[in-house]
Amino acid sequence: MIRDITIGQYYPAESVIHRLDPRVKLIATFAYIISLFVFQSLFGYIVVAIFLLSVIQLSKVPFGYIIRGLKAVVVLLLFTSFFNLFLTPGKSIFTLGFITITDKGLNSAVFFSIRLILLILGSSLMTFTTTPNQLTDGLEKVMGPLNRIKVPVHEIAMMMSIALRFIPILLEETDKIMKAQMARGADFESGGILKRSKSMIPLLVPLFVSAFRRANDLAMAMEARCYRGGDGRTKMKPLRYSNRDFIAYFILLAYIASIVAIRVLENMGLILIFYK
Amino acid sequence: MKTLQLIFDKVNYIYSPGTAFARHAIKDVTFSINQGEFIGLIGHTGSGKSTLIQHMNGLVKATSGHIYFNGQDIDDKDYKLKTLRSKVGLVFQYPEHQLFETTIFKDVLFGPTNLGLDKLECELRAFEALKMVGISDDLLDASPFELSGGQKRRVAIAGVLAMRPEVLILDEPTAGLDPKGRDDILEQINKLHKESGITVILVTHSMEDVANYADRLFVMNKGELVFQHSTKEVFSRYKELEEMYLAAPQVTYVMNAMKNSGYTVTTEATTVLEAKEEILKAWRLS
Repeated sequence: MIRDITIGQYYPAESVIHRLDPRVKLIATFAYIISLFVFQSLFGYIVVAIFLLSVIQLSKVPFGYIIRGLKAVVVLLLFTSFFNLFLTPGKSIFTLGFITITDKGLNSAVFFSIRLILLILGSSLMTFTTTPNQLTDGLEKVMGPLNRIKVPVHEIAMMMSIALRFIPILLEETDKIMKAQMARGADFESGGILKRSKSMIPLLVPLFVSAFRRANDLAMAMEARCYRGGDGRTKMKPLRYSNRDFIAYFILLAYIASIVAIRVLENMGLILIFYK
Repeated sequence: MKTLQLIFDKVNYIYSPGTAFARHAIKDVTFSINQGEFIGLIGHTGSGKSTLIQHMNGLVKATSGHIYFNGQDIDDKDYKLKTLRSKVGLVFQYPEHQLFETTIFKDVLFGPTNLGLDKLECELRAFEALKMVGISDDLLDASPFELSGGQKRRVAIAGVLAMRPEVLILDEPTAGLDPKGRDDILEQINKLHKESGITVILVTHSMEDVANYADRLFVMNKGELVFQHSTKEVFSRYKELEEMYLAAPQVTYVMNAMKNSGYTVTTEATTVLEAKEEILKAWRLS
């Protein structure tokens, strides 16, 4: 049950996207997220969807597997579309009692949800194709220049890699404790909100205890191996760009250019925008 | 009169079917257990022992195959898993990690309370269970987090015993304990088995432990149940066990070595006591 949460998990496969340098994937994901908020027309959505779908196709991660990651954010999606739908002022198209749906509301509800879905699919694709270690390596390298203004880049990267490493451990632990309490007749599924949150106590207390215990053990193990931060630390597998990474950057540039072009055309009134 | 209590009929289990992580953890496992048996379950790490025992109280649902408890299919729609879980008590590995209440007594109460029994009955059972595992009365109001490792584990086992299960499954109950703590816990389980006739399934890596207590040995290898014979018979085939990264008890090797050096001994002994008798017999004869 708890294993259904797929956000932030690596999916092993042999693909071009998997082999890309993590720096490329980080920068591309960042650019992709920003690009989602540049345009306003349907045409823009089509371009983004084509781009995303072809990257997913290249990555060889099963589409259904990526979609499953959306389950975790269904509540957020419903929430935002709900408020967009009912609380946006504009021309009324449907009225029932005090409920009014406006044209603008409907529009922003639909397109905001699509934007969110595209955002989550795109960023989860990065974690599906990049191991946590590669990800933090890339992050450390990309943020490297910040070191000059005294940002503790290495420490932040180390914290991130530890946090990421702990996600599956804690999930497994949760699963184990849940089963242990279910074996003692605990019921996590039925009852109202109050009963259900009360039933979480037998799960949360042992989970916190074990998280602290593990943190202690890890700190001890790191000290025993003389860990002392990033100064002068070398890497076993330093990151190096190869040809496919430059090609990827080139494709990314083309993508950004086309999104910007769409925006320019929108501003000139050459592409139809649904509402303003 | 032997009554069949637990039956597995061609049970299969596959982790994350249909993804890159798919793993066939349990393959066509078929067996039956009589009421009041003491079963030892052995197998190397990753052989599917833990997955198998989680099927027994419905925590994991078999991908295919049937499981019957007291004659009823546990996958039936109207079969209540909660009832099953109260009848089949499962003590996980490192059970002390599941303690959460403010006092020991309250923690043991958790199980019986979930069964919906009245307060007095719950307290009686909790009291009884703590007595069974040898926790003294003055500790009842202490926090479970103040106890030593061995004591914590007893409290956790009491938490399952308080539900008065008919079958008690223990997943490596002695891992990480000192020799004294280990013997104490195993002795108490054995006593409980003898006195109340409860069925016990003991998962362990210690061949000596199962040799001392188990009537029958189940051996798992790569998800398959390879042996389900009497303890003596399984250990007599120790060459096959070694191929599965397992072994026979130390004394069995001693007896074999003696026989090979020309002493007139049988090699059946699996416990130190049996070996002693056998060696004395050979001594008297010579």
